[in-house]
Amino acid sequence: MREYLLLLLSTALVNNVVLVKFLGLCPFMGISKKVDTAVSMGLATTFVMTMASASCWLLEHWLLAPLGMLYLRILVYILVIAAVVQFTEMVVRKSNPALYQVLGIYLPLITTNCAVLGIPLLTTQENLPFAHSLLYGFGSAVGFSMVLALFAGLRERLAIAQVPAAFAGAPVGFITASLLALAFMGFAGLV
Amino acid sequence: MNPLSRFFSGLRARGGVHPDGRKGLSAEPPIRILPMPERLYVPLQQHVGACARLSVLVGDKLLKGQLIGASGGNISAPVHAPTSGRVVAIGEFPSPHPSGLPGATVTIEPDGDDRCIEAVVPNDPFDLSPEEIATRVGAAGIVGLGGATFPSAVKLKLSRKSGISTLIVNGGECEPYLTCDDRLMRERASGIVEGIRLIAYAAGAREMLVGIEDNKPEAIAAMRLAAAGSEVQIKVVPAMYPMGWDKQMIQVLTGREVPAEGRSAEIGVLVHNVATAWAVYQAIRFGRPLVSRVVTVSGAAVVAPGNLEVPIGALAADLIAASGGLLTQPQRLVLGGPMMGTQLPHLNVPMVKGSSGLLALTGKEIGLPQPAPCIRCSNCVRACPVGLLPLEMAAHIRAADLSAAVGFGLKDCIGCGSCSYVCPAHIPLVHFFNYARGELAAQEKGKLRTEATRKLADSREERMQRIAREREEAARQRAARKAAADAAKKAAAMEAARLAATENQEELV
Amino acid sequence: MFIAIFSLTLLGGALGLFLGYAARRLAVEGNPLVEEIQAILPGSQCGQCGFPGCAGAAQALANHEAPVTLCPPGGREVVALLAAKLGVEVNLTEVADTVPQVAEVLEDLCIGCTRCYKACPTDAILGAAKQIHAVFREACTACGKCVEVCPTEATRLIPVPVTLQSWYWSKPSLQGATA
Repeated sequence: MREYLLLLLSTALVNNVVLVKFLGLCPFMGISKKVDTAVSMGLATTFVMTMASASCWLLEHWLLAPLGMLYLRILVYILVIAAVVQFTEMVVRKSNPALYQVLGIYLPLITTNCAVLGIPLLTTQENLPFAHSLLYGFGSAVGFSMVLALFAGLRERLAIAQVPAAFAGAPVGFITASLLALAFMGFAGLV
Repeated sequence: MNPLSRFFSGLRARGGVHPDGRKGLSAEPPIRILPMPERLYVPLQQHVGACARLSVLVGDKLLKGQLIGASGGNISAPVHAPTSGRVVAIGEFPSPHPSGLPGATVTIEPDGDDRCIEAVVPNDPFDLSPEEIATRVGAAGIVGLGGATFPSAVKLKLSRKSGISTLIVNGGECEPYLTCDDRLMRERASGIVEGIRLIAYAAGAREMLVGIEDNKPEAIAAMRLAAAGSEVQIKVVPAMYPMGWDKQMIQVLTGREVPAEGRSAEIGVLVHNVATAWAVYQAIRFGRPLVSRVVTVSGAAVVAPGNLEVPIGALAADLIAASGGLLTQPQRLVLGGPMMGTQLPHLNVPMVKGSSGLLALTGKEIGLPQPAPCIRCSNCVRACPVGLLPLEMAAHIRAADLSAAVGFGLKDCIGCGSCSYVCPAHIPLVHFFNYARGELAAQEKGKLRTEATRKLADSREERMQRIAREREEAARQRAARKAAADAAKKAAAMEAARLAATENQEELV
Repeated sequence: MFIAIFSLTLLGGALGLFLGYAARRLAVEGNPLVEEIQAILPGSQCGQCGFPGCAGAAQALANHEAPVTLCPPGGREVVALLAAKLGVEVNLTEVADTVPQVAEVLEDLCIGCTRCYKACPTDAILGAAKQIHAVFREACTACGKCVEVCPTEATRLIPVPVTLQSWYWSKPSLQGATA
């Protein structure tokens, strides 16, 4: 149990996928203008990332490794991720059309979110057992969602702040993101 | 008041500021009667609610106290002639409003006799039923004279319905410069006390409290003397702005807080201003409608500041002239107090029932500092008597996010101006809030309008379809009738032909 | 080699079948957003937006083919509601300057032809043949149809006059504080 908790903490905070590994910056800057859309995006990404981790592990160990086709790993992973994203898109569209409109292009773009591909690749690299890779994917996704929501909260405050014209908009967003990344360095050594 | 009780009552009042009172300018000279001006401009809308309905024509002769505008709805107040004379014009005239836009106004030329209309008054007003008193207060056109101008009769009737235990009479007068209530209490205390007893009787209140700020010792002494032997209790409250805000006064005097977006009646309290009590006394005891009020004329630009009893409709220029004119060109003209009053564009606006003061301020008195960025010092948070976050609200309003500002409690803001007063960056906070509330009200109105126009469009659509259907129906019926007629005609013709044929045959035979 | 081709084809085929099935199960009929948007629009079918009626405009809005500011009669309120519904950001104060208008009949020019009141989608014009027509300001959406049909140019659109009841403080500008 302790081991799992540590894994969760380490993936969500210490090795945060956005602020420490710098993966998935596109949605991090793109979908962080409002807290509620950021949370929805986080939930969608969490689902995709967890599913991708699990299915990629299964493919790796039951298909690619037995048949000796490890050279096709990235291709297969992307295929699976794309399918999961398509499925998520359908679910969101059915259940919440307004959210579907709000997420717009960013929803299919989860496919190209490098974090979603990166995490399964990392778990494979570290040769983790199934439960561990599932938790690794889930923990990273939770870390991603949390940082996205945090940053959206900050940007909501930034939107009403009086920012000098030269820094208004994206620049001050990047500055804030870098400060947030510095803050997350404080978690190093926690686990 | 001893320091200990001052400490505790200070704890009970939230927020607030201590602006320089500057009441000495106008507090000492007794109330003078304004010489009757040449013309009076009486607006029909001097109260919150529906506009009064005009009931005179140009050329009509009027007596003082005669009705010129009847109450225009459930929440409305009538308007009466301030003196005897003749109606010379009815039309638009600049109103005492920050926009300076014109409003419907009756112009009266006084005849100088000041003859009153006959009034029927009982020997003892307490013989009247409470409902009758409320009706008479309404008929006298009395509105809240503290500045809110809400029709007093409506308040009386509502409080009777909801059950009031305490009447609080507000002698706070916390705005700097203003001394009209102070002078009124000093000079006409016994009338005010009787007015208070009448209001309490009409509203069914058992407890009567008068809250007066401790910076008016003479008024306190006079009111104590007049109230001696009656159930009216005079309470001294610490001088602070906005002590005259009714909810602040309730909290200090009773220790109870009115819930957000609620009314004082919810906690069994009714609040009226001392000047309203005086007006009620005048109306019930002597049958005099509200046609004049005491106005403080002050400011460093005025030669002889003081208090004037002015007929409703006198121009601001008349008041200034009666106060010795202007020393210098004033930088700003304010109607009401400097904290919550409205800026006047010029002196050609009439005094109305809600005008408590007319200030001609010099540049030195107002200061025109440039606004600077907010440094989030939170002085405004400490000063807010409602307990809001003015800096957050203003930031959201500036970023055009009004719904977020509403979430921070914009609708509870009373616009007292304490936040703007303390702001070290001179940000016009209360201006932001006034703008936002106006904008929200306009949006609300617009939403209703959209709703209404959609209904209109839909019903028109339906009507058009119905008409088309009916036309079609009518056309079909016509066609059917025509076909039937044709068929009948044809049948008749054939019958005729057959008959003719048989006849021919018979002939042949 | 063949194993790789075979297994990948199989994988792709399986995923394709799964997605196809999911698409069937989760199919969305029409776009529910269109109806919701149509409920927001004034429904006067004035056509000022350039689309055939409010239904067309709703369709275009749902497909993000038209800006949320497309509806002049709706005013700021409709813009705000549309922006909230579609998750678009829009500066309402800029919209404000262009909208509030109302139709007016110039009594000197009106010949009482009744064309305008037949064209009015909200029944905002009162009149009868050979009588001077008048506009109900409360019901007028300033769609401009009456202006188009008037043979004597007696109808026109004017800005909604500000009255004591509708006036409110303007937004403070804070020139000095923006730096």
